[in-house]
Amino acid sequence: VDATWKELTNVLSGIFCASLNFIDSTNTVQPSASFKPLGIANGTDHRFLRYATLPREIVCTENLTPWKKLLPCGSKAGLAVLLKSEKLFHSSFHSQAVHIRPVCQDQQCKTMSLELRQTLNVVFDLHTSGQGKREWSLFKMFSRTLTEACPLAASSKIYIDITDNPQEEQFELSPATPLLSQAVVLGDRRTFSVYDLTQQVTFGTVRSLNVLIRWKSTEGDMLRPLLHAERYVAGYGLQTGEIHTLMYNNHPFRSFPVLLLDSVPWYLRLYIHTLTVTSKGKDNKPSYIHYEPSKDRVRPHLLEMLVQLPPHSVTEITVQFERALLKWTEYTPDPNHGFYVGSSVISALVPSTVAMNTNITEEQPLFSTFFPCKEESSYFVRVYTEPLLVNLPTPDFSMPYNVICLTCTVVAVGYGSLYNLLTRSFQIEEPNPGLAKRIANIIRKMRGVPPL
Amino acid sequence: MLADDMACNHRNPKPATVFSHKNMELNVYGDDVEVDYRGYEVTVENFLRVLTGRLPPSTPRSKRLLSDDRSNILIYLTGHGGNGFLKFQDSEEISNVELADAFEQMWQKRRYNELLFIIDTCQGASMYERFYSPNIMALASSQVGEDSLSHQPDLAIGVHLMDRYTFYLLEFLEDIHPASKANMNDLFKVCPRSQCVSTPGHRTDLFQRDPGSVLITDFFGSVRKVEITTEAVNLTDPIKQVEER
Repeated sequence: VDATWKELTNVLSGIFCASLNFIDSTNTVQPSASFKPLGIANGTDHRFLRYATLPREIVCTENLTPWKKLLPCGSKAGLAVLLKSEKLFHSSFHSQAVHIRPVCQDQQCKTMSLELRQTLNVVFDLHTSGQGKREWSLFKMFSRTLTEACPLAASSKIYIDITDNPQEEQFELSPATPLLSQAVVLGDRRTFSVYDLTQQVTFGTVRSLNVLIRWKSTEGDMLRPLLHAERYVAGYGLQTGEIHTLMYNNHPFRSFPVLLLDSVPWYLRLYIHTLTVTSKGKDNKPSYIHYEPSKDRVRPHLLEMLVQLPPHSVTEITVQFERALLKWTEYTPDPNHGFYVGSSVISALVPSTVAMNTNITEEQPLFSTFFPCKEESSYFVRVYTEPLLVNLPTPDFSMPYNVICLTCTVVAVGYGSLYNLLTRSFQIEEPNPGLAKRIANIIRKMRGVPPL
Repeated sequence: MLADDMACNHRNPKPATVFSHKNMELNVYGDDVEVDYRGYEVTVENFLRVLTGRLPPSTPRSKRLLSDDRSNILIYLTGHGGNGFLKFQDSEEISNVELADAFEQMWQKRRYNELLFIIDTCQGASMYERFYSPNIMALASSQVGEDSLSHQPDLAIGVHLMDRYTFYLLEFLEDIHPASKANMNDLFKVCPRSQCVSTPGHRTDLFQRDPGSVLITDFFGSVRKVEITTEAVNLTDPIKQVEER
């Protein structure tokens, strides 16, 4: 598997113009429980799974270009026309993904085919980027509008979440569309307005679609996630430190288990005996711990824990580490920037607040709340913390040059003086005679007479 | 090969853009750029391996120089340099001898037909002094003993946006279109001393054709040669249609 993993990372680095070829055994782990293969798969043996992160990589136009080229219409028609890099990267959050999984080709599932799913998540903050009025439109976000759907697409739709706006009191959506759709997103039943680009009527008389949302009121409920996490490095100096991971459970009365996956590079030597997990001040022992110690220059640390988060609490996980000194050829060209530690992954089945919402009992028959609908009772979420930047003790790279200069100077001066003292003999020399005497000596030499 | 990320750097107030001038007319980063080697991958070793073709077998095609004896190659280098070297990544240098030897290896292995080498560094002319393989034409932004200077700064970003030679070269090339008949002699006249402050130099003695007859579009811009055939080609098994649900 490792050989094919290496080949896969090399091929992907070529396709997506990212340095994915830096993925090797020093940043690859085999998670035992946090990740499972998606789609139809034979067995879930974790020995075939590989997980790697490259926290140093950036995402830029050169990654978006091949991503767009994988789309059937490219960026020439359909929704992808909106994806211009100048606007997409001028945002608060940007994420691109490519997922491939084996799926059944038909109902009988006799043949398998691969499904390629490309996702792009962008968070625009038009309010703080100086737009003034609270108004969102496709033109403001992407500086272009839609004119047609991709001819190769089976469906091409835009969904606007209007759950909080049933009577148009919060915002006004234009152009109006009769199509509605409901879906359960993160345990919540949301209603969406749908714009179907494959139908010509969507584009109206102007032949272009510019979805516009104008906000009327300034209040709005801020959605707080039920589970979020953060991570930071504590400590001082260049020898030791501490990694703190905080996980917040904002559910008012339900506790749920989360699976934490931590992959720390080998140059931060974790002391697992200092691992503490505390919730609300009390010790919280994880029910499952899987730890693979690191091997210098071969493997990173892998720590997986199943932690029960009590309701409405903060759970703090701390572990101390020591920084290693790398060999001088292993340092990057900019070692004083620091070294990155990849993000932790927290996977959880979060119970939704809808399931416990007693308002529903009035409208729905009693039996549906007794056996809550599976999709609304809890939902799966995967949260990534931020990566860490850690300074390793860095040597002074100009020292070899300094040492060579200094020793050569010392050797030259010292040896040179010693050699001169030992081998040179001293003679007394007559001082230079005056000019008149020199001319007289020359005349005497010509005459053949000994000089003065 | 981009050693540093400028466009999507967090300090760039206009992400995903690199402008040539502070009037922000021309975004040289563009919308369909592809960077093959970036960040820590930009090393002297990788550069020489790409040129000579000695790459590990798992290297993808987009990271290889797939050239043969009919390819014209354009190499453009810029950065900090000195008499006989160019700095890579703040930690290593490539010397003019190494470069000349790499080009000779390419010539021996028939990896190029003609090669245009443009360098924009301080004392850039020293980099092409050592070439000894045929069919190489070289341009540099400054002579030995001279410094290449940068163009205007953009106070909003806080750095100089472009070097002088590159700026005037870009201005000149913006007027060249695929059917242009401009030749190399026009390229040699780009950025005279009055604009560049340094004296651009060029070297054509290794080139077998007369520079006046070499079109700029031989190196800049690629034109695919299309051969029309009347034969019919049988594709293999037709692709099975996915059943409509």
